[in-house]
Amino acid sequence: MSRRQLIVLAAVLALACVLPFLVSNYRTFQFNLVIIYAIALLGLNILTGYNGQISLGHGAFYAMGAYCTAILMDKFGVPYWATLPVAGAVCLLFGFLFGLPALRLEGLYLALATFALGVSLPQLLKYHQLENWTGGVQGIVIAKPEAPAFFGSLGLRLNPDQWLYFFTLAVAIVMFVLAWNLLRGRVGRALVAIRDQHVAAEAMGINSAMVKSLTFGVSAMYTGIAGSLGAIAVQFVAPDSFNIFLSIVFLVGIVVGGLASISGAIYGALFIQFVPNVADEISKAAPWAIFGVFLIGFVYLMPMGVAGALRMAVARLGRKRQNT
Amino acid sequence: MDAFFHQVIAGLATGGIYASLALALVMIYQATHLINFAQGEMAMFATYIAWTLVEAGMPYWAAFFLTVAFAFVFGVVIERIVIRPVENAPVLAVVVVFIALLVILNSVTGWIYTYTIKTFPSPFPAEPIFGKYLTSHQGGAIAVTLVVLLLLFAFFRYTPLGLAMRAAAQNPESSRLVGIRVGWMLALGWGLASAIGAVAGVMVAPIVYLDPNMMGGVLLYAFAAALVGGVDSPGGAVFGGFLVGVLENVLGAFVIGNELKLAVALVLIIGVLVVRPSGFFGKVLVTRV
Amino acid sequence: MKFKLVPIAALLAAALASPTALAQKKYDPGASDSEIKIGNTNPYSGPASAYGTIGKTIAAYFKMVNDQGGINGRKVNFVTYDDGYSPPKTVEMARKLVEQDQVLMLFQTLGTPPNTAIHKYMNTKKVPQSFVATGATKWNDPRNFPWTIGWQPNYQTEGRIYAAYILKNKPNAKIGILYQNDDYGKDYVKGMHDGLGDKAKTMIVKEVSYEVADPTVDSQIVQLQASGADVFFNVTTPKFAAQAIRKAYDIGWKPMHFLNNVSVSLATVLKPAGLEKSVGLISTAYLKDPTDKEWTNDPAIKKWEAFMKKYYPEGSLLDPSNVYAYTVASTLHEVLKQSGDNLTRDNVMKQAANLKGFAVDTLIPGIKMNTDQGDYAPIESVQLMKFSGTQWERFGAVMGK
Repeated sequence: MSRRQLIVLAAVLALACVLPFLVSNYRTFQFNLVIIYAIALLGLNILTGYNGQISLGHGAFYAMGAYCTAILMDKFGVPYWATLPVAGAVCLLFGFLFGLPALRLEGLYLALATFALGVSLPQLLKYHQLENWTGGVQGIVIAKPEAPAFFGSLGLRLNPDQWLYFFTLAVAIVMFVLAWNLLRGRVGRALVAIRDQHVAAEAMGINSAMVKSLTFGVSAMYTGIAGSLGAIAVQFVAPDSFNIFLSIVFLVGIVVGGLASISGAIYGALFIQFVPNVADEISKAAPWAIFGVFLIGFVYLMPMGVAGALRMAVARLGRKRQNT
Repeated sequence: MDAFFHQVIAGLATGGIYASLALALVMIYQATHLINFAQGEMAMFATYIAWTLVEAGMPYWAAFFLTVAFAFVFGVVIERIVIRPVENAPVLAVVVVFIALLVILNSVTGWIYTYTIKTFPSPFPAEPIFGKYLTSHQGGAIAVTLVVLLLLFAFFRYTPLGLAMRAAAQNPESSRLVGIRVGWMLALGWGLASAIGAVAGVMVAPIVYLDPNMMGGVLLYAFAAALVGGVDSPGGAVFGGFLVGVLENVLGAFVIGNELKLAVALVLIIGVLVVRPSGFFGKVLVTRV
Repeated sequence: MKFKLVPIAALLAAALASPTALAQKKYDPGASDSEIKIGNTNPYSGPASAYGTIGKTIAAYFKMVNDQGGINGRKVNFVTYDDGYSPPKTVEMARKLVEQDQVLMLFQTLGTPPNTAIHKYMNTKKVPQSFVATGATKWNDPRNFPWTIGWQPNYQTEGRIYAAYILKNKPNAKIGILYQNDDYGKDYVKGMHDGLGDKAKTMIVKEVSYEVADPTVDSQIVQLQASGADVFFNVTTPKFAAQAIRKAYDIGWKPMHFLNNVSVSLATVLKPAGLEKSVGLISTAYLKDPTDKEWTNDPAIKKWEAFMKKYYPEGSLLDPSNVYAYTVASTLHEVLKQSGDNLTRDNVMKQAANLKGFAVDTLIPGIKMNTDQGDYAPIESVQLMKFSGTQWERFGAVMGK
């Protein structure tokens, strides 16, 4: 990492830390959602951006994580923080198992398989045999966590929204650092190699099938943990929260944010959180039409996503500076 | 036994719906190697145009052909104005543009025409043909789908334009060298797909009623149908449509109940695809290393 | 002189009896001398956008109210956001309305899952979640959720009314049910089960569900016919209701056919299905259908039409949702009127729970709203009706309270 990147990163982190003290609780809640989406998008980006496998069903993993947390909290009284690793593990395993056969399918067929997953999961959640666990169509309402007393004794009074924000932020930092480590090293190179030249990659001794399945698992884990955090923030899960549009919105998020870019996940999350609200403000008659126009506009102006556009802008600036 | 037979026939009737939209998906795929998510909404929008014309007093067939012509132009225009500027963007960026088109068309149609369902006339007589099993419209719609399939086959097989389009899709560089205007071939592909979609919409609307969300559910099934048949094969798409229709009905009625029928049908399809990764009728892709 | 004293005495008595008349103006956030701010969420986008017209009609209604001078001299500021029928988005928007826009109350938030998502939040915040747009029973729970109140007759009650009718008129019925696989569908099914009691197990021979994304319900109708059912309980939304009525007729299945109130519109359900195919349908009503000729010349419907043409010209005159929205907005209008100058959240909720025989003229004659501290279900009565082939014919007494 260059020094300039470090400075930017430190500034962003500092801003993220003071943010809840500057804005209202409602805004804090919104930014909490942004961070959650960013984790989910990072997961999808690892799979689609870096490894080139299209998933149209990542909403299913988000739902799975959310339901893991809700069921554990509601039925077993597990504290919210302890549900995250479970949700992550369940999604990792399920993603890996799903990946094994699905990865025999190339491109569009994989898209269909994941699409099927995204379409089926809400139906499965409603299925009457599972109703005792999932709450069926009614969903599950869960309690909102309070800030631990420990912070109060330090004289730092955090309200639940602020606490949850910092909790999510902490998880996000861990997840982003892990992803960064993973992607810049051997594994990351293997992923990209499989995406761009899978035959050559195999010739170099990369076990393509295993790497792809594992990537699927890791990607599902990220999205599942995001779902788990999402359930805690919203305090409610129901099949209607996780329809196929969620999966499509995730896909939109990584493309707008920037494929194969870690920071792209954050831009994408900002987009999917705030742009629909802007569209709604502009027109009640046809908010989706406005949203669609925004989408086309973004793709026209920044075909490589926001991250790609920023990278180019920085490069151009650098070049200018060299020239002068 | 009667119940089983009845479910199969009902499945063929809904399968015909899936097949007609799947054909449009295959058309675009052949021209561009992309799945157009907005296909269903384009068809729905064209059907509203037809509805407006019929309501204005135009005879059915005049409205039908005018709508198909409109849809063709609409497809070409969309390709030229919306898709062309992003042709060099990553594949997924183009997919996002499709999603944008989907939400725009859905939203604008709802805004113009409201969301109350509308009846759409059928060109076929009101009396049922197969006793109680199949209305003549359902039978007619299946026949129309098969006719479209035959026309497509003949078009791509025997007309110079059809051959040129195939060439442009398969090997743009060489096609350019022999003087085919590849860009226009793409636009024509869009136009054709849009026109086929319009036929599908006009045939589907009398069965499911016309509303802005008419094609939302159908698209899911059509997507599955197109892929089962092998996404580059029109005949396969039609077969896939019927297969999905019958499969979900039989599974829903006799095996697993309605709650999970779509899920199980999809899982079965994927199971088949794992064994036969190029679909039932698709060509096995051979990639040059 | 004597007779002149009477009105003065009455006035005095009224003033003493109702403390609001003498009380000073009291306000909570969202209310002031000039304005009452009301919040709402509706699906203007997404798969449930057909219901978005409800939010638009309500906005138009309050525009009309403001043009006529407002409520007790205050203008209504109706703030509505799109939640796309997605519960997480509803939470976000409800918080925006309460915490940022500082509305006095929420009104007509739409859908059971979205309302469930904000149920606890609204009650913790002590902000009214008033007259929600869903027919689930859980909104009538003043003991645990004193800040949430329903409005329309609930689905379970309606299901029980059909069950009672079946027990009385066709005790040996074999019942087949088609329902939408969500909270709305399951509530109706539960009502039917509860109403039949012990007999439910033997009388209900088949239950089949459909998903909103299904293109048709043909397969389900064929299944129901094959089950040998001679009573059909049709719990579907308009598009599927029309398909089901048509398909049942086309395959020659002629059961005693109960259609849920959600889909009784003549213009948007029965006409598309075919009026001759709808003969004999049994359902319930609580609202006037602007497309039923019984009401086309009704003064209330005429007034509604004039309102639509002036304030919401792009809205559909066929859509019963627009009558529904007009009626529920009139209810809030009444509650705010009753609240007088005491526009605290507490008082607004108290007034919402203090409707005594209130009737809006777009309701079926005889249907009145009654609420009290222990009863948070404003409309609890409906009337059975049967379709003659040209119009709905109501029969029997208005049932319920």
